[in-house]
Amino acid sequence: MRFMMIVIPKGYETAAPDAAPSAEAVAKMMVYNKSLQKAGVLLALDGLFPPSTGARISYTDGKATVTDGPFAEAKEVIGGYWIIQVRSREEAIEWAKRAPMASNEIIEVRQIHEMGDFPADVQKAAEGFENLPNAAAAKA
Amino acid sequence: MSDIHRTIEAVWKIESTRLIASIARVTRDIGIAEELAQDALVAALEQWPEEGVPEKPAAWLMTAAKRRAIDYLRRGRMLEQKHGEIARELEFQQQQLAEALDRALEQVIDDDVLRLIFTACHPVLAVEGRIALTLRLICGLSTAEIARAFLVPEKTLGQRIFRAKKTLSEAHVPFETPRGDELRARVESVLSVVYLIFNEGYTATSGEEWMRVVLCDDALRLGRMLVELLPGESEVHGLLALMELQASRNAARRGRKGEAILLMEQDRSRWDHAQIHRGMAALHHAQRLGGGAGNYALQAAIVACHARASNAAETDWERIVLLYDALLQIRSSPIVALNRAVAVGMAQGPAAGLDALDGIATDPALTGYHLLPSVRGDLLMKLGRFTEAREEIQRAIAMTQNKREQELLMEKIKQMRQM
Repeated sequence: MRFMMIVIPKGYETAAPDAAPSAEAVAKMMVYNKSLQKAGVLLALDGLFPPSTGARISYTDGKATVTDGPFAEAKEVIGGYWIIQVRSREEAIEWAKRAPMASNEIIEVRQIHEMGDFPADVQKAAEGFENLPNAAAAKA
Repeated sequence: MSDIHRTIEAVWKIESTRLIASIARVTRDIGIAEELAQDALVAALEQWPEEGVPEKPAAWLMTAAKRRAIDYLRRGRMLEQKHGEIARELEFQQQQLAEALDRALEQVIDDDVLRLIFTACHPVLAVEGRIALTLRLICGLSTAEIARAFLVPEKTLGQRIFRAKKTLSEAHVPFETPRGDELRARVESVLSVVYLIFNEGYTATSGEEWMRVVLCDDALRLGRMLVELLPGESEVHGLLALMELQASRNAARRGRKGEAILLMEQDRSRWDHAQIHRGMAALHHAQRLGGGAGNYALQAAIVACHARASNAAETDWERIVLLYDALLQIRSSPIVALNRAVAVGMAQGPAAGLDALDGIATDPALTGYHLLPSVRGDLLMKLGRFTEAREEIQRAIAMTQNKREQELLMEKIKQMRQM
């Protein structure tokens, strides 16, 4: 089963557009990333620019409204994620516990839906959806 | 199982390989190393529910295992020196021993993990023993879990592991990474074990379950570990590519009622395209290392041809035939020749496929192999020779134990009635 470990760094909601982690923090993180890789569990990982560079699109009755970041009301924002393949929820939690996070930072662990988890009608609705962006990348 | 036990199990699955590997460096016997590590696990199972999970569970387990390793080595020394050495000297030696052990256990242990893998897959062992030891020592599976995955009684599996450890110990198999000429052959042995585990999951040889995804996942995990440990070995990348590309079809290989769906009929939008991407990257890596003509890399390249095509008709069958030709150059195999005949049938038409099949039909290795009549039946069906096709497919049904495959073949007979 696959899990997403979502990083929620405290203070990132108000971080400046050019905010970047220190070399020291990155070095620590690389040691951790390497341990995930060596254990054969790491599938993907990415870090995100601060919310001040992003935008939120909200929807009311089918109408989309765009708000540029930072988002004053947001208390928790996403800073990055890992996708890991493990055998249980507990194993995902154990890996999260080993991450070199600073005080007040949070990792949220969430299982990724596999198509087989969905009821038959939902699977049917997803059939024939050929043009997934990474499908194109795979063919390149 | 309680929460705390599930947590302990998860910690064990993460840590056991490194734990066993680093103790084995000191004991030089992986069977004993595993027993000492297991003792540490038992201690955790006793203490953690009372005291809570320690802040650094890996270090806790390592310390507990180390204490047991020292006891074990001390007992060995005592036996050697039972003729009344003075106690003080013995104590001094023990202290030295403890320090040596500390140094050993603090060092980088990647090499130990690699040694552990090579030892578990040692050619002195029967293939079944290699598979069981690998799942147990490298994947952290319990005897019960391995027995369940292979549909054998737990007792049988336990004996298999016991025998394998005994064989290693009696043959004095050194705990080391092979060098020079030996390395290539030993890497091959490791890769074949990993691929056998994968295939056991991918196509169960018997029973109702078409595949046991857990074994596929464990094999993939092993493959990813190996790529880190042996980055310069092109075939390691080739095998990872092959497994990623094959496993990317898992969701599409099973219908809603659990029925098998073969490659040509699969809904390719259900293939895991992120996984295909990883497989392609691993294949390119193998090719960059100059290993494009390796056994696993060639097989991966064939699967990659399918992964690139959005349906069977768009597949580059000519290229697949060439890749099979190259594969047959490395190793003549009637099974590969059979697959080549299928590709010829697609590239040049069913009559050409049938010709290719005739060339290998009398191969004794294919006697009793259900895919031979199954493929022949399919080609005959495409040529409109329904009576002969039906006979072949009925033979195939009688030859396979896999119920899902039987259903699939029955379906074909039904289709012909409607033609």
